[in-house]
Amino acid sequence: MANSWIIPVLPFVSFALIIFFGKRLRGKGAEVGIVAIAVSLVLSILVFFDTIRRIAAEPEFHGYERSVEWFRFGPGGFAVELGIKVDGLTAVMLLIVCAVSLLVHIYSTGYMKGDVRYTFYFAVLSLFTGSMLNLVMANNLLQLLVGWEGVGICSYLLIGHWWEEKANSDAAIKAFLTTRLGDVGFMFGIFVLFFAAGTFNIDDISGAVAAGAIPTGILTLGAVLLFCGAIGKSAQVPLHVWLPDAMAGPSPVSALIHAATMVVAGVYLVARMFEVFHASPVALSEVAIIGAITMVIAALLALVQDDIKRVLAYSTISQLAYMVAGLGVSAYTGAVFHIWTHAWFKALLFLGAGSVIHAVHSNNMSSMGGLRDKMPVTSATFIVGGLALAAFPPLAGFFSKDELVLGAYESGRHGSVLGWFVFLAMLVTAFLTACYVARMLALTFFGEAKYDSEHVHPHESPRSMTVPLVVLAVLSVAGGWIGLPGEANLFGKWVHFGEEHPAFNPLVMLASIAAAVGGFGVGWAIFRLGKVKFDILKTPFAWVYRLLQNKYYLDDIYMGLIVRPIRDQLAAFANWSNQRILDRTVDAAGIATLAMGNVAYRGVDQPLIDGAVNGVARLMGLAGAKLRFWQTGSVQRYAVALFIGVAGFVGAFVIARL
Amino acid sequence: MPVQWVLLLSTFLFSVGVYGVLSRRNAVIVLMSIEVMLNAVNLNLVAFNTMLPSQRPVGQIFALFVIAIAAAELGVGLAIVLLVYRNRATVSINELNLMKW
Repeated sequence: MANSWIIPVLPFVSFALIIFFGKRLRGKGAEVGIVAIAVSLVLSILVFFDTIRRIAAEPEFHGYERSVEWFRFGPGGFAVELGIKVDGLTAVMLLIVCAVSLLVHIYSTGYMKGDVRYTFYFAVLSLFTGSMLNLVMANNLLQLLVGWEGVGICSYLLIGHWWEEKANSDAAIKAFLTTRLGDVGFMFGIFVLFFAAGTFNIDDISGAVAAGAIPTGILTLGAVLLFCGAIGKSAQVPLHVWLPDAMAGPSPVSALIHAATMVVAGVYLVARMFEVFHASPVALSEVAIIGAITMVIAALLALVQDDIKRVLAYSTISQLAYMVAGLGVSAYTGAVFHIWTHAWFKALLFLGAGSVIHAVHSNNMSSMGGLRDKMPVTSATFIVGGLALAAFPPLAGFFSKDELVLGAYESGRHGSVLGWFVFLAMLVTAFLTACYVARMLALTFFGEAKYDSEHVHPHESPRSMTVPLVVLAVLSVAGGWIGLPGEANLFGKWVHFGEEHPAFNPLVMLASIAAAVGGFGVGWAIFRLGKVKFDILKTPFAWVYRLLQNKYYLDDIYMGLIVRPIRDQLAAFANWSNQRILDRTVDAAGIATLAMGNVAYRGVDQPLIDGAVNGVARLMGLAGAKLRFWQTGSVQRYAVALFIGVAGFVGAFVIARL
Repeated sequence: MPVQWVLLLSTFLFSVGVYGVLSRRNAVIVLMSIEVMLNAVNLNLVAFNTMLPSQRPVGQIFALFVIAIAAAELGVGLAIVLLVYRNRATVSINELNLMKW
């Protein structure tokens, strides 16, 4: 455990190796990444077992911490440390990140085969994994921020991986700027906590909060600002708009970054700083409200999307909101457990969707259908993933979702109105989730084929893609069994916050099963069996449908209120000032220089310097032309000159002596 | 006999020599004129010797040197003229303008 710092360092080393030597290797750099992540995964598993062993052995175990000095603010000033913190939460996150990253690496060797920037792609995957591991292991907020921005930039690079198409690079910029909006708040939150607690160290801040050393007002401010970062990163309302567009990136990237790891960074942040949130009821309520609103509206949006990856993207937003709302009602274990199970089945769904897209060359479900026979492995694993997402027992999603619903129920039962609100939102979302899962499965794998069967011949994907799918499917089934409700909940022993685990409640479980089965039934009835024609439903609720189709017009509102004024007015002004003032100045300087140069050239260089040089030469030439006639070759003429000269000298000498 | 007379004679001889060197076209005549000029110089040397305080015949000895060197010089000069004549069938100085521009 003392050497667990190697885990994030390995991918960074791999990044450097790939980017410098990748193209010369036989596997174009992919093998370096796979080996590095595989070693990291092995180490993570060791760290994980070491951690749970110590949790079992020492009741007061609060995590292992180790750090070195990073830099100081001036000599003798405040020292910032570079360190690791390993507790149950970190150990779980390490497993998720390394395992999903490894599977995505393997899957990508098939999916990205022959891509123009194959090597660069793997380099960025390595960099991303390193940054994410740094994020989850950081023992202080500043280091966490470094990882946070690192994953952001990798997300940007990978969304825009196929930047030749304008839409893709636009999506990358949108994702980067939208999350950045939240990051501003995050950074201010860090500073607030730093000035309140006098340290960046997470444990020290938590300790100060627990000791009541920080006034509640400042605490609330810090927590709310921190949560801004989480809203951006985890795509919560109102900054959720970037995640659906982020689907422009390659599917394995969506699975790794936009489903399993980076987007849960926001949830992880709230969980990591939960002491701060817990101490501020206002901040906690905000978290719960945002989560509850997001989960419902995102689930509704998922219901009307045609692009299979966008369905999954909205589903991700909705599930992240589940975790956020869970944290909001203090269901800490449930939220982290949901990170764990969600990572498996959502990565599975994205990779499965990638496999389908690979086969039919389209993202749209309206050009899929009937793929069950053509792609047996993909469809079987995808259905498992879908049912796990819809929270069918005994798949992974069921246990974590049930735990969250139970948490909300308990919160409501203890007299919190907000708890009931979240409880209700969760049940509605569970219903909607099952409904859109049914729709997605029905449209993709069942019914008649709607792809262009003359040009498209779907076939099962290569082994490198199906193996990760099977592994993830197994985890999606079995991943939830470590968190069985009641006394047998192992996960709750590893990752918990303060209070005891809520007791098993069959009524709540029944309610959540009913929501899931009901939702799936309704969805299946509409989209597969055709019992209720979708068009009939559409007519009376046309405005609802239109509202959803247009994503609540949020994109348009942002475009009209924020992007366009900034882009058109501010950018126009910037452009104007640039053109008129800066460019003019530069131009004027250029022109003046040119003019001076001309003057110097025409006035000084050409007539004076060149003139002098040429003139001397010409004078010599002329003189030579004239004087050479003196060289007659007649010796007597020379002799005349000689005598005249001698006579002249003698004469001068004589005159001088007189 | 005053030295001046001798010097005047010497001057006359020298002038004749100069004139000959500068004006005659025949190379042999030019060489002869040079001899005349040298003899004018010899005459000068002998004449000035009388003006020296010592009685030793320094001027005469110097004149003998000049005569000897003039003989050698004339030998070389005539040999050159002879070779030029053999090569170019002329001894006219105007034709010998190889040093021309």
